[in-house]
Amino acid sequence: MVGERGWRKLAWVGVFLLPSLLGLLTFAVVPILSSLLLTLFDWDLLTPPRFVGLGNFQRLVADRNFWSALGHTLYYIAGYIPLVMVIALAVAVLVNQRLRGVVLVRAAFFVPVVSAWVAVALLWQWIFNPKYGLLNYLLSLVGVHGPAWLFDPQWAMPAIILTSLWKDIGFVMVMLLAGLQGIPSQYYEAAAIDGASRWQQFRSITLPLLSPTIFFALTISLINSFQVFDQVWVMTGGGPAGATSVLVEQIVKNAFSYSRMGYAASLSWVLFILVFAATIIQLRGQKRWVTYD
Amino acid sequence: MTRTELGPLATAGEFEADPTRQPPRGIGRWIIYGLLIFSALTMVVPFLWMVSTSLKADEYVLTMPPQFLPRPLTLYSYRRLAALFPIGRIFLNSLLVATWTAAGQLLTCSMAAYAFARMRFRGSNALFLIYLATLMIPSQVTITPLFIVMRYLGWINTYPGLILPGVFSAFGTFLLRQFLLGIPRELEEAAFIDGASHWTVYSRIILPLAKPALATLAVYSFMGSWNAYLWPLFVVSDMQLMTLPVGLATLHGRWLTQWNLVMAGSVITVLPMLVVYLAAQKYFVKGVVMSGIKG
Repeated sequence: MVGERGWRKLAWVGVFLLPSLLGLLTFAVVPILSSLLLTLFDWDLLTPPRFVGLGNFQRLVADRNFWSALGHTLYYIAGYIPLVMVIALAVAVLVNQRLRGVVLVRAAFFVPVVSAWVAVALLWQWIFNPKYGLLNYLLSLVGVHGPAWLFDPQWAMPAIILTSLWKDIGFVMVMLLAGLQGIPSQYYEAAAIDGASRWQQFRSITLPLLSPTIFFALTISLINSFQVFDQVWVMTGGGPAGATSVLVEQIVKNAFSYSRMGYAASLSWVLFILVFAATIIQLRGQKRWVTYD
Repeated sequence: MTRTELGPLATAGEFEADPTRQPPRGIGRWIIYGLLIFSALTMVVPFLWMVSTSLKADEYVLTMPPQFLPRPLTLYSYRRLAALFPIGRIFLNSLLVATWTAAGQLLTCSMAAYAFARMRFRGSNALFLIYLATLMIPSQVTITPLFIVMRYLGWINTYPGLILPGVFSAFGTFLLRQFLLGIPRELEEAAFIDGASHWTVYSRIILPLAKPALATLAVYSFMGSWNAYLWPLFVVSDMQLMTLPVGLATLHGRWLTQWNLVMAGSVITVLPMLVVYLAAQKYFVKGVVMSGIKG
């Protein structure tokens, strides 16, 4: 660079980088490292921390609440991921057409995305109200007697999945829409000349060319869904009878309600390892179905 | 990232003349219209229900069949909310926290991004790797030790405790760095020859060129902190310092079945974000996509 050398240049680097670096060290790097250290201790914040080695992880393996939270998290993911991907893709294709008013439909899908989870969760808790809620009223119009939703251990998790779908479809849809608009139209023109039907065009042009975007959206959604929390905490608090207890909810309960700081930190690292493993598996698996040109 | 890479998105909402997006004719078109209307209603009706409930008097909330248009229409629950709850204060807290977080991120992230994208120095790659590494760790991992650190600093139930952890963002730095890398070097070289300092180049040349990326980061950091729940829940228990999501959850805990009251609080929480979204729609779309484009 012109006119800059030695310590002068380094001083400028310092000026620009230090605020961000110091902040990130204090609020991210140091907490991450101390969180690792914390997994080796038992600490209630009142008495001095007690070193327990791998005791927290031994306890975790034997903790029925942990296994049930893990099970519910996987249940949530199994219900949420396929639906969010399929519906968002369908909506993206639908709103990618030249139709009057389609811009408004796109905007409508993004409104829940920008709304606070707490407000959305409360709104849906009201909609799911078994006796006076909007949903059971609409169901009664078509002759269905709706369940007690959030008060029914069987229906609480499906209700939470439904709420999450409603909130997140717009987000995934916008990502996929961007991918769709990046596909050159010549491909479709050529296919149309060859007499390919719309469905054939979708199968052999849209899907393969969109696969990198689908893969990316899938990865993001998977990472987020392991961390499902706000809606659960507000709508059920993990209930009824623990039916919607999930991993982050267990972390918060242990840290917040039981003051088990070391145990909460251990749980959070298990969560990290799970997310990391799922991402790696997906990265490996993508070679089979993702086409990069 | 260059402007052309963002091309199809910069115009999201508009259409080029593209034959592939021609909908079918005849009955197929009506089916598509039906689907579009149905899906838009699914998104919009719950919000209308929120607003409608918030405008009802107590005795008309729990009725079957439900009343869609409140009669009489009343602002009673908003007035009651203001009487029972420091809602004005909570609203201002949210505004304060979100504004400071956005402003802080814009400053610290753009400065760091400038250093990473426009200056060559030893260890730059290694440092940037640390930034990327922190992105991989979920926030739940840091929240317990962060809470302990805040306790030692005496920042529980304070504004710094609420705001500062959100100000420094590896993601924001990453986003801006990618954008700054795409700005041609010739622009600043002339300025350096004229004896301009790095600060002049950063503030007079680079920042104005980075406006779209800065706007994207601004709306996302504002939204993130306006809507945040987990960290404010940890760090604040004093009602005078609560932000809207935490206050709203507390409100719900106290007046469990007063749905008109709870929905009024929800409207107050959602509406400002909706206004920001409508005003800055294209930056929201850009943000979703920019975060997806690899460096």
